[in-house]
Amino acid sequence: MKILVCISHVPDTTSKINFNSDNTEFDTNGVQFVINPNDEFGLTRAMWFKEKQNATVDVVNVGGPETEPTLRKALAIGADSAIRVNTSALDGYQVAKELAKVAQDGGYDLIIAGRESIDYNGGMVPGMLAGLLGASFVNKCIALEVEGNSATAVREIDGGKETLSTTLPLVIGGQKGLVEESDLRIPNMRGIMMARKKPLNVVEPQGADAETKAASFEKPAPRGDVKLAESVDELIEMLHNDAKVI
Amino acid sequence: MSVVVYTEFEEGKFKKTALEVASYAKGIANQMGTSVIAITFNADDTAVLGNYGVDKVLNLKEEQLNTFVASAFAKAIAEAAQAEQAKVVVLSSSANSNYLAPLLAVHLKAGYASNVVALPTSTDPFTVKRTAFTNKAFNHTVISTDTKIIGLSKNAYGLKEHEGAATEEAFSVSLGEDDFGVKVENVDKATDKVTIADAEIVVSAGRGLKGPENWEMVEEMADILGAATACSKPVSDLGWRPHSEHVGQTGKPVAANLYIAIGISGAIQHLAGINASKTKVVINNDPEAPFFKAADYGIVGDAFEIVPELNEKLKAFKASNS
Repeated sequence: MKILVCISHVPDTTSKINFNSDNTEFDTNGVQFVINPNDEFGLTRAMWFKEKQNATVDVVNVGGPETEPTLRKALAIGADSAIRVNTSALDGYQVAKELAKVAQDGGYDLIIAGRESIDYNGGMVPGMLAGLLGASFVNKCIALEVEGNSATAVREIDGGKETLSTTLPLVIGGQKGLVEESDLRIPNMRGIMMARKKPLNVVEPQGADAETKAASFEKPAPRGDVKLAESVDELIEMLHNDAKVI
Repeated sequence: MSVVVYTEFEEGKFKKTALEVASYAKGIANQMGTSVIAITFNADDTAVLGNYGVDKVLNLKEEQLNTFVASAFAKAIAEAAQAEQAKVVVLSSSANSNYLAPLLAVHLKAGYASNVVALPTSTDPFTVKRTAFTNKAFNHTVISTDTKIIGLSKNAYGLKEHEGAATEEAFSVSLGEDDFGVKVENVDKATDKVTIADAEIVVSAGRGLKGPENWEMVEEMADILGAATACSKPVSDLGWRPHSEHVGQTGKPVAANLYIAIGISGAIQHLAGINASKTKVVINNDPEAPFFKAADYGIVGDAFEIVPELNEKLKAFKASNS
């Protein structure tokens, strides 16, 4: 089985978010970038398929050279090779179109992407990729088994979960649950050394257009001080008369 | 030209989020000087949609669409939207709508903005405000395609009632076997509990509760308030509560009207996940807990004393105010 894991290069979850002076771009100064957490669950699940079912695992990212350390980390975790589509990620649709080209060229059976990136939170790349490829699609996937050409997946629904069956090729939007958090891989020294020798192929984009543009950003208005209640009675009174939420 | 809205009909009624997206679609239709057309599947009675600004309902009656299948629903909505020359298609942020929206975008070759929190600030260029960086910022997104798809964040717009009646029309679509390539084998849904996705109020607790055996008082508060229960990441990692209750940057986002955090210190990842909630209340014995800086209301004290007392008094309050 050939697996492609889509890796988004995102600010660490503890990052303070700032923008440039005219609020048109995210300010990357002092920001540590990591593998998107939802993608990390997918990558670890892909490693399981590699180890148990002899799958090959490639990782791909749409982005400039600055994303290569993130791809190298994925290689150190165990991916076989990496592909970087050499263009800036503009919006989900453009990224999905570039990824679809890579997926088509590589003839992958299973494509794993995170259900959303933790920066722009679009939640659109895996679904659009499936739509462009005409592949099966399972979103918010929390469990996945593949046998031959058949797959069984569990997805989260509002208030529960649903078990689905389908055939390959399959695209999933993965998240926490695909593997336990305690099973996430941290690159060890051997992995890091091996990753240096693994291929990281840079491919030129097909020039897909974006359909949306992040024109400007703003931060939420500063919040007033918390109103502290001295007693439970006062808290109920505040929630009823002041906040009007009960 | 029209604004099309997908209104989810489940278990014999329209979801509250369906009425919210209808209200929002009416707001856009007013801006654009056009009408609102709702698409729904196998609804028994669509009259209520007229009260939220819908002019016409396309009720797709297909037995095979009784079960949600994202690819089939996306194709059906796309056909209906094309037939109505939709300029804008509005969906909610439910798990099902989030699932089908990108597929719909491919069918319609439409730009899609999710997590939208307000009416467009401009319809030309079409610009919407959405949350980004997991609620740590807002992003003004311009959608440049002829057809636009909007995923509305829950509780962002609210319900707006209108005088009006919706006419209902039958609509049929051409679905083939390929549209049902993903088959539902089993649904495991707790029907007696309020879910985080639908909840107006969420009661959440953290490691301050010391162990899973102490969650009874949290569940009791949720029962009294008609709320959903949630938890912080360490709690789900420790296995005290299911992963599906984990709220935060890598868990579920919460956009409730009231979020009550008990014994949660307020890590940046947790705060990001709940930031879209309107009123935040913190109960914590540590006055220096970071959550107090992000909260609207708080009480400093031992959760094991405050929560039982609060439950008793909330019960009495509910009894005298019902």
